[in-house]
Amino acid sequence: MPESAISESPTPNSVFDVAVVGAGVVGLSIAWRAALRGLRVAVVDPDPGRGATYASAGMLAPVSETTFTEEPLLRLGLASLARWPSFRTELEEASGRTLDYRTDGTLELAFDADDLAQLEDLAGFEETLGLRVERLTGRECRQREPMLSPSVRGGLLARDDAWVDPRLLAPALCAALARARATFVSEPAVKVQSGLVRLAAGAVPAEQIVVASGARSAALLPGLPVRPVKGQILRLHGPRGFLSACVRGWVHGVPVYLVPRENGEITLGATMEEQGFDPRVTAGGVYQLLRDARELVPGIAELELAETRAGFRPGTPDNLPLIGPTGLPGVYVATGHHRAGVLLSPVTADAIAAMLTGSAAPPLLAACDPSRFD
Amino acid sequence: MDDVFVLGGEKFASRLIMGTGGAPSLEVLDQALAASGTELTTVAMRRLDPASQGSVLDVLRARDIRVLPNTAGCYTAGEAVLTARLAREALGTDWVKLEVIADERTLLPDPIETFDAAERLVADGFTVLPYIGDDPILARRLEQAGCAAVMPLGAPIGSGLGVRNPHNIELIVESAQVPVILDAGIGTASDAALAMELGCDAVLLATAVTRARRPELMAAAMRDAVGAGRRARLAGRIPRRRYAEASSPARDRSDPMGG
Repeated sequence: MPESAISESPTPNSVFDVAVVGAGVVGLSIAWRAALRGLRVAVVDPDPGRGATYASAGMLAPVSETTFTEEPLLRLGLASLARWPSFRTELEEASGRTLDYRTDGTLELAFDADDLAQLEDLAGFEETLGLRVERLTGRECRQREPMLSPSVRGGLLARDDAWVDPRLLAPALCAALARARATFVSEPAVKVQSGLVRLAAGAVPAEQIVVASGARSAALLPGLPVRPVKGQILRLHGPRGFLSACVRGWVHGVPVYLVPRENGEITLGATMEEQGFDPRVTAGGVYQLLRDARELVPGIAELELAETRAGFRPGTPDNLPLIGPTGLPGVYVATGHHRAGVLLSPVTADAIAAMLTGSAAPPLLAACDPSRFD
Repeated sequence: MDDVFVLGGEKFASRLIMGTGGAPSLEVLDQALAASGTELTTVAMRRLDPASQGSVLDVLRARDIRVLPNTAGCYTAGEAVLTARLAREALGTDWVKLEVIADERTLLPDPIETFDAAERLVADGFTVLPYIGDDPILARRLEQAGCAAVMPLGAPIGSGLGVRNPHNIELIVESAQVPVILDAGIGTASDAALAMELGCDAVLLATAVTRARRPELMAAAMRDAVGAGRRARLAGRIPRRRYAEASSPARDRSDPMGG
């Protein structure tokens, strides 16, 4: 984190145009886009970029993430993916940093014959939606990625999927915000009301407030239909170029992914668990991830297991985010991005920034109305 | 028609028991459960924190669907007994779908561990519903041990292969004095109908619905299939014949509908 970006004044005297509560990738993106529109922005979070963002893999993969029943999420994801190239360019310019943004596509693999049948079923579904996927044989998969196991039966190539390193993205957003003279309040919010974000000691007054506290947003907006979906995720370190594409796979029906970075790190994830805010990394979780990943890429057994971690995706009943106004005048919410927070940040940030400056919610966001479950 | 399904002393109008695994979202699951008409749904206790808000338990409560905790993910009798006790404490029910699997690849039930756990749970006052292979002798022994039902598989969990050994299911049904619930292997509606035609008292399924392209529609299909199979069983199927038999009246028979 850029320490220089964090102001140590928890109770600013002036009233901000906007206070964003929660400095994950969603909250930071909103704050940055709001600042670009000339708003005076405060960001309230004791530890920017260290929540679900820090755990996440940063896949920008609406195509390979698609499942049955989730077309609205796919459409939103595709719209946000289309914004990513310019979002990235603008952010790298504004922050003076690079993001390790990659566009080499996602290879989705099947390990056994049952997995292949499942992948084939999914490919047929994706084609009916007009998505571009290419079927590859096992040998073709291995020509693209020589580290893959000879057992891999086949795969799909989603050329349009991309990925980015969230651990570079969040600090870049902080740096851009610092340059835009945003204020960082390094304390947790304890309560949100119209015009005021209350801290343990003191408060941040703001004309408008955006709650973007991920899975913990319900603590600030009681009744908000968001719950933690625990994910355990690993970081391996190996030689650069060990993998060139983002590799996802099904191993005996269980999904796993490996996301390579420029610096040789490989992010390996992730479990999906309904365990409340249980922060523990478990033996079974790590075992499952390594077991399945090693089936696809046997050579990972030689890499350094550099980190294990659990994070909390903000889940909603329909897996779509909650983006828009709340029942409190001047208080907006942007959470519930579940598995797709990094992907959906540009579209979310632009939508909230538009609302903050008096525009209506874009039609694309109609499915994300926070009041849809009322 | 008053055809009530009695399980563990409780009455149910629906003979379709649902599982929750594999649903893409809670909302999709909720819609599927509603379309299925189920009144009893099983939940894996090892994949759930009962105290957390907005979980699958809230979905079931809102629909007034009875929760049947299961011990999915247990490999030993010891784990299963412990999981059942935690479930009783957390959910306030002494019903348990006992599931002790033998290996990850097949997810087939381990008969010896299952029997061991069943004995201990019955002694501990549980209403025990054991998931087993399609073995008529094991089914009988579990019934004698005091289980409230037996739940033979049609095929391995999630396989969608249907009822692979209908003869064994018939044998289990013939001798059972407790309800027989066909559990696992259902792939589509005709599989569920067949299970009921064979004489099963109910069907338990999850993946066939939750992983369908349109889960809600498949849930409605399963509801109809279970009902159709049950009515066909009660109505009594005609004997199979090698050759045709004209359904229009023959001259040499008295026909009450004829003139």
